[in-house]
Amino acid sequence: MNVLNFVSAFFSDSAHWHGYDGIPTRLWEHVQYSLEALALAAAIGLPVGLVTGHYGRGGNVLSLVATAARALPTFGLLVVATIVLGFGMLPVMIPLVILAVPPILVTTYEAVRSVDPSPVDAARGMGMRETDVLLRVELPVALPLIFGGLRSAAIQIVSTATIAAYVSLGGLGRYIVDGLYQHDYEKVVGGAALVAGLALVTLALFWAATKAAVSPGVRRSN
Amino acid sequence: MIRIDSVTKRYPDGTVAVDRLSLDIPDRSITVLVGPSGCGKTTTLRMINRMVEPSVGAILIDGVDSRQQSVNTLRRGMGYVIQNAGLFQHRTIVDNIATVPRMLGWSKDKARARARELMERVGLDASFAKRYPYQLSGGQQQRVGVARALAADPPVLLMDEPFSAVDPVVRKGLQDELLRIQAELGKTIVFVTHDIDEAVKLGTMVAVLRTGGRLAQFAPPAELLSDPADAFVEDFLGADRGIRRLSFFSSAGLDLLTAPVVAIDATAEQIAARGTTEAPYALVTGLDGRPLGWSEPDRLTAGQIDVGRLLPCGRPFVAGQDSLRAALDCAVLSPTGWAVAVDDEGRAAGVVSQASIAEAIRGAHAEGREEPRSTGAGVQKVIR
Ligand SMILES: Nc1ncnc2c1ncn2[C@@H]1O[C@H](COP(=O)(O)OP(=O)(O)OP(=O)(O)O)[C@@H](O)[C@H]1O
Ligand SMILES: [Mg+2]
Repeated sequence: MNVLNFVSAFFSDSAHWHGYDGIPTRLWEHVQYSLEALALAAAIGLPVGLVTGHYGRGGNVLSLVATAARALPTFGLLVVATIVLGFGMLPVMIPLVILAVPPILVTTYEAVRSVDPSPVDAARGMGMRETDVLLRVELPVALPLIFGGLRSAAIQIVSTATIAAYVSLGGLGRYIVDGLYQHDYEKVVGGAALVAGLALVTLALFWAATKAAVSPGVRRSN
Repeated sequence: MIRIDSVTKRYPDGTVAVDRLSLDIPDRSITVLVGPSGCGKTTTLRMINRMVEPSVGAILIDGVDSRQQSVNTLRRGMGYVIQNAGLFQHRTIVDNIATVPRMLGWSKDKARARARELMERVGLDASFAKRYPYQLSGGQQQRVGVARALAADPPVLLMDEPFSAVDPVVRKGLQDELLRIQAELGKTIVFVTHDIDEAVKLGTMVAVLRTGGRLAQFAPPAELLSDPADAFVEDFLGADRGIRRLSFFSSAGLDLLTAPVVAIDATAEQIAARGTTEAPYALVTGLDGRPLGWSEPDRLTAGQIDVGRLLPCGRPFVAGQDSLRAALDCAVLSPTGWAVAVDDEGRAAGVVSQASIAEAIRGAHAEGREEPRSTGAGVQKVIR
């Protein structure tokens, strides 16, 4: 039996489509965890990246923090957070957010910093307020790169959110964890295929969002 | 009036970019700041809209210290144009131009209508309105930059080497356009360049700065060319300042000879009469009076003048309108050594020799009668 057979067997079993352990429920849980983690990471990474990029300061500190955050083992963090905080959503969110903040923060900082300085100079020279310079001149031009950072963060979150299952929560990780425990490889492979599929959908959504949000005057090469 | 009152700028690293500079910038005229690279032109310009704050001294706008009003209010009253236009690449051309009116709270429609009006004023086709900056050439982008600076009708325009990144032909077009706009709108323009020709062409007043940010000379361009204050200014003006100065003398005083001009349908007697003038050549004109070419008088036969065998007469100068520089240029380029003068309609008005142009130049120098320039109006006529 090969992997494809596992996949088709998993998806054609109608039992996998209903109930609290059905695909729709697990998928929705997974999407919720991912969105929540992405929203939290963006809420931290975007403003800090925008402001530091705008003033061109703190780049060294940022990359230091980002490197340190990347060096933390996600699974280890999950275990520690669960021991300290007990079971629940919070111990799962902490490693996911720590995973996602560095790509968002660093790319946002770089994106804003690399905006051509002459329109920024022109904007200041015409008496534009500093917040408007950032939000109306720098941000629209930096947007493609910023979306790129959000996208890699989102992909990492989607694939890593499976860890929620290790601490008794739901999501697509359930199939993988339970499947491994029960030696039900059909379930393991099916769960993995769902995670991969969700990652692809995420990519497609970001592609569409970038296309919709970025002005046609801003060329991709930027 | 903008008064720069003994201003010094020392940057945090100790560089003195501008050193005790005082300048009175007259209203409704173009004041050019010129000088070698690093002499503090940009710093001076940016102190006017407080993009850079003076270390010592003050800048007074109509007698009031520019620090009295908020920085953004000050800047919104001064258009600002920079070298590469600095357009917002995510906004269309109309929206780029409408930026300041929108900041001032105009409605979108009103701001866009104003933007379209300005596109016309700076010579941009209306079809560019919905384009993005990357779809425009460098020269067109620069026009958008000028339109954007003019959008809220500020009395002052600050321009930092706005035309230095475009090729010479486009640059000439932009300069002519600026002179026209200035004549029409009467803006107070402070213009930075490192190109002395541009300074002489555009400036009502020219401030020459030397390295270290000190003022070397502040004078109208004609005076700069005739009486450079010192060796530095003279050197900066270049080797051909004598020729360039001729741009400021009108050709009106030239003695035009009409005798050597013969029409293509001239009779034998008329041709014979031409042979006796002091000019060794006759200028043949068409029936409409336009010059066709030169010929030796004894080679002309009434009724049989062959236009194809005439010597070319080159580009003529417009009598009274063009400068002595243009007249001299025509004479130097003419195969006969004589320049052809025409009237407004291009009809031959007479001919003049190099010798008599030289005479006129000596006379003009003796009298020092350069044409003064008050506003930009009429400048194009003299400078050709
Ligand atoms: N922010 C700054 N910090 C330190 N020194 C500066 C700064 N800006 C300019 N300078 C220095 O001040 C001097 C004048 O600079 P400025 O830009 O005003 O020259 P400029 O006349 O406009 O030159 P260019 O023709 O090359 O544009 C130069 O020596 C420059 O290196
Ligand atoms: Mg400069």
